[in-house]
Amino acid sequence: MKADSGVGKEVAFVKRWQSGRERERERGLGVAGPSQRSTVLRQRPSSGLLIALAIAALWTVAGVGEVQAARISHVTDTSVGEQVVRFFSMRDPLVRTAVIGCILMGISSGLLGGFIVVRRLALVGDTISHAVLPGIMMGYLWHLEKDPVALFIGAVIAGVLGAVFVSMIRQTTRIKQDAALGIVLGGFYALGILIKSIIQRGAGGDQSGLDDFLFGNAAALSSGDVILMAVVTGLALLLVGLFYKQFFVSSFDETFAESLGVPSQVFHYLLMVLLAFSIVVALQAVGAVLVSAMLIIPPATAYLLTDRLHKLLLLSVVIGIVASVGGAFFSFLSTGLPTGPFMIVSAAACFVVAFLFSPSHGVLPRIFRRREQTRRIQRENTLKAMYHLIEEEGGVDVVAQSGRRVSVESLMTKRGRDATEFDTEIAALVRHDLARRENGSIELTETGWTRAQEIVRNHRLWELYLTNAADIASDHVHDDAEIIEHVIGAELVAELEKQLKNARIDPHGSNIPVVEEGIAQ
Amino acid sequence: MNDLIAPFNFHTVVTEPWSAVYWQTTFWIVLQATLVGISCALVGNFLILRRLALVGDAISHSVLPGIVVAFLIGHGDGPLVMFGAMVAGMLTTLGIEWIYKNSRIKQDAAIGIVFTTLFALGVILVSFAANDIHIDAECILYGKLEQAAIFSGDRMISPQIIPAAFVAVTSLLLVVLFYKQLLVSAFDETLAGSLGIPASWVHYGLMAWLSVVVVSAFQAVGSIMVVAMLIVPGATAMLLSMRLPTVMWISCVHALLSALVGYHLALWLNCNSSAAIVVTGMGFFCMAWMFSPSQGMVSQFLVRKALREKLAATRRARMG
Repeated sequence: MKADSGVGKEVAFVKRWQSGRERERERGLGVAGPSQRSTVLRQRPSSGLLIALAIAALWTVAGVGEVQAARISHVTDTSVGEQVVRFFSMRDPLVRTAVIGCILMGISSGLLGGFIVVRRLALVGDTISHAVLPGIMMGYLWHLEKDPVALFIGAVIAGVLGAVFVSMIRQTTRIKQDAALGIVLGGFYALGILIKSIIQRGAGGDQSGLDDFLFGNAAALSSGDVILMAVVTGLALLLVGLFYKQFFVSSFDETFAESLGVPSQVFHYLLMVLLAFSIVVALQAVGAVLVSAMLIIPPATAYLLTDRLHKLLLLSVVIGIVASVGGAFFSFLSTGLPTGPFMIVSAAACFVVAFLFSPSHGVLPRIFRRREQTRRIQRENTLKAMYHLIEEEGGVDVVAQSGRRVSVESLMTKRGRDATEFDTEIAALVRHDLARRENGSIELTETGWTRAQEIVRNHRLWELYLTNAADIASDHVHDDAEIIEHVIGAELVAELEKQLKNARIDPHGSNIPVVEEGIAQ
Repeated sequence: MNDLIAPFNFHTVVTEPWSAVYWQTTFWIVLQATLVGISCALVGNFLILRRLALVGDAISHSVLPGIVVAFLIGHGDGPLVMFGAMVAGMLTTLGIEWIYKNSRIKQDAAIGIVFTTLFALGVILVSFAANDIHIDAECILYGKLEQAAIFSGDRMISPQIIPAAFVAVTSLLLVVLFYKQLLVSAFDETLAGSLGIPASWVHYGLMAWLSVVVVSAFQAVGSIMVVAMLIVPGATAMLLSMRLPTVMWISCVHALLSALVGYHLALWLNCNSSAAIVVTGMGFFCMAWMFSPSQGMVSQFLVRKALREKLAATRRARMG
C-alpha cells in the first residue's frame, strides 16, 4: 500500500520535532540524545542488581559443596509424574547439581549474550564456542582427566586465540569477516576433533566425559564443575556490574565512547574473554555445538520485548534460566537424551512466542496495529468528506446551530463508494460514536464533529506550513497533507500554530477551523 | 605425550598405503574426500564472494532434521535424503530472511537462531529414532570417511563414491553452465538485473544446491567440518589469485591436496581422518596467508620494507 510507506516517512519526519525525552526509545537501544549525554555515565540502573546476582552466584559455591557428582540417567525410570516431582522438589542431590548448573549457565550466557546480540557479534559467539574445543582437549591432556580448572584455562586460551585469529585474518588479508569466522570455526573445531580422536585412541584415563562437551549433559556435572561455573559466572557478573556504563556506551557508539575516555578496544577484548568464560560455563550443559544458541536466542527474545539495555539483560537472563532448566527437565524425563538440544528448543519456543506476540515488536500486534491504523484513517477520511460537504453547502459558521447533517447520496458520491462499501464505512463511524444514521441523512455527533474539524485543521495547517516555511508550491502540498493529517498530535499542532502565528486561511483560501479545547482522540 | 604422537615412519605413512595390498582402501578414501572437497570448494567460492560464508555454516547444520525425516520415511533412499536436505536448507534460508525482515533482529542473530534450533531438533530426532536410522551423533560430529573403503570385494567401485561423484560432476556442470549468472549476480545484483538475470533465483538456486552438497559431504566429514570444507579452499585460493576462474582451479587443487596429505597425516597420527583433512587444509591456508606472492604477510612485509628503504634513500639524497 502506497500510503503506508508514505505514513512511515512522515512519521519519521514528525518525530524529529518531538521532545528529546522520547529519543532513546525512538532510536531503539541507541545511546540517548544529546541532552542526556552528560547523564549517561552517571546512571547505573542495574549494576547494583548485577553485583547482587554475583554475590548470589558465589553463595551457591558454598551451598553446592556437599553435593555429590552423579548422573541423572543412572536413576532408573519411573513414571513421568514421579520424575516431575523429583525434578522440581530437588530433593535429589544430583538433580540439584544439574539445576544449579543450568541456572548459572542461564545467567552467564543470557548476560553476555545480551552484549553479543546488541553488538551484532552473534556469530562471533558461535565461532568462539567451536574454537574452544582444541583448548579443552589440551586441558584434558594436561592431567589426563576432566580437571575443571585445566579445561577452563585451555578453553579460554583457545577461545581468545580464535577471536584474535579472526581479527588478524580480517586485518591482514582481503578475506571478509564472515569467511574469516567460517575458517576459524571449522579449522579450530577440526583441530579439536583431531586431538580428541588421538586422546580416545590411547591416552587412557577417564575419558567418559569428553563426549558431553559436544552435545552437553547437564546430569554429568560434578560439584567441582558447578563450583567453577559459579565462580566464573560471579566474576562475569561482577565485571559487567562494575563496568556496566563502559560496556553500555562502547556497545552502541565506539566513537562516542572514545570521546568519553572509554577505551572501547579494551572492552571489546574484555567482552571476548568474558564470552569465552561463559561459553566454558555452558559447555558441559549444552555442548560446544549449541552453546552459541544459548548466547543468541535468549537475548534476541529479550530484544523483541524491551528497548532498554538493562531490562534486556535482565530478561535475557530470566529467559536463559527458564530455557536451560526447562531443557534439563525434558531431557531428564527419559534416559539417554542429550540436554543441549532440549534447552535450545525451549529457548526457541520462547523466541517464537515473543516474535509473534511481543506487544512492542511482535508480528501479530504489528499487523493488528497496522490494520487498526488503516481503519482509523478511513474513518477520518469519511469524517473529512462530511466536513467538506457541510462547508460547501452552508458554511461551517451556521453548523453549530442547524446540525451537522449531510445527505447519503452526496456523501456517497463524494467518497466514490458503492452502497455496500458505504454502509460499512458509516457503520464504522456509528460504532465509534462519531455519527448517527437517520433515514436519508448522516449526522455527526459532538465527538465526530470535533474530530472532523481536527482532521481538516491538521490538513490545512500542514499545507500552510509547507507553503510558508518549506517554500513548496501551494499546488504540491495536498498529497503530503493527506498523509500527515492522520498522524500529527496535539503538541505538534500547537507548535505549528505558533510558528504560523495562528493564521486562519490555508493556501487555497479555505478557513482553517478552530477546535474548541480539542477533544483529542 | 610421546605415546600419543607416533614417530614419523616414511614407510608406514607414505609408501605402505599405496602398496598392492592397501592401495584400494587408500584410493577410495582419498577419492571420496577429494570429490566431496571439490563440490564444497566450488559452491564455497560463491558463498565467500556473496559474503554468505556463515549461511553455509547455518545450512550445514540445519539440513540435519531434513535428513533424519527423509531417512525415517524412505529408509535411507538416496534421492529422498537429498530432497529432504534441500527442503530443510530452503526452510533455513527463508526462515532467516523472514525473521530479519519482520523484526528488529539483525541478520547474524537470525542466522544463529534458525540453524541452532533446526540442528537441535535434528539431534533430538536422531536420539529418538536411533534404532531406525544409522546416523548417530558420532557421524553428525565427525563424519565417517573410512566407510568409503568398506564394501564387499566383488563390487568394482565403492557405493559411497557414486553419490559423491554425481554431486561433484553436477556441481562442475552447474558452474560451467551458469558461470555468467553466478559471476555477475555475486558481484553486482543491479547489473545482473539489468542483464535479465534473476538474481533472487540464482540466490535460491545456490542455496538449494548448497544443501545437496552439504548432504553429500555429511557422511564424509560431519556437519561442522563442512564449514571448513566450504570456506577454506576458496579463501586460500583468493589469497593466491584475483581472477575467479583461477581461484576456482586453485580451490579444487586445494581440495585434492588436503585430502591426500590429510589422509596420510591421519595415518601417521592415527586419528580421525576427516579432522586431519580439514586441519591440513587449514595448514595450506596458513601457508598461503604467510607466503602468497601477491598478498602474503611475508611479501607484504618485503614490499613495505623496500618502500621504507627507498623513502629513506630519497630522504638521504635530498638532505645530502
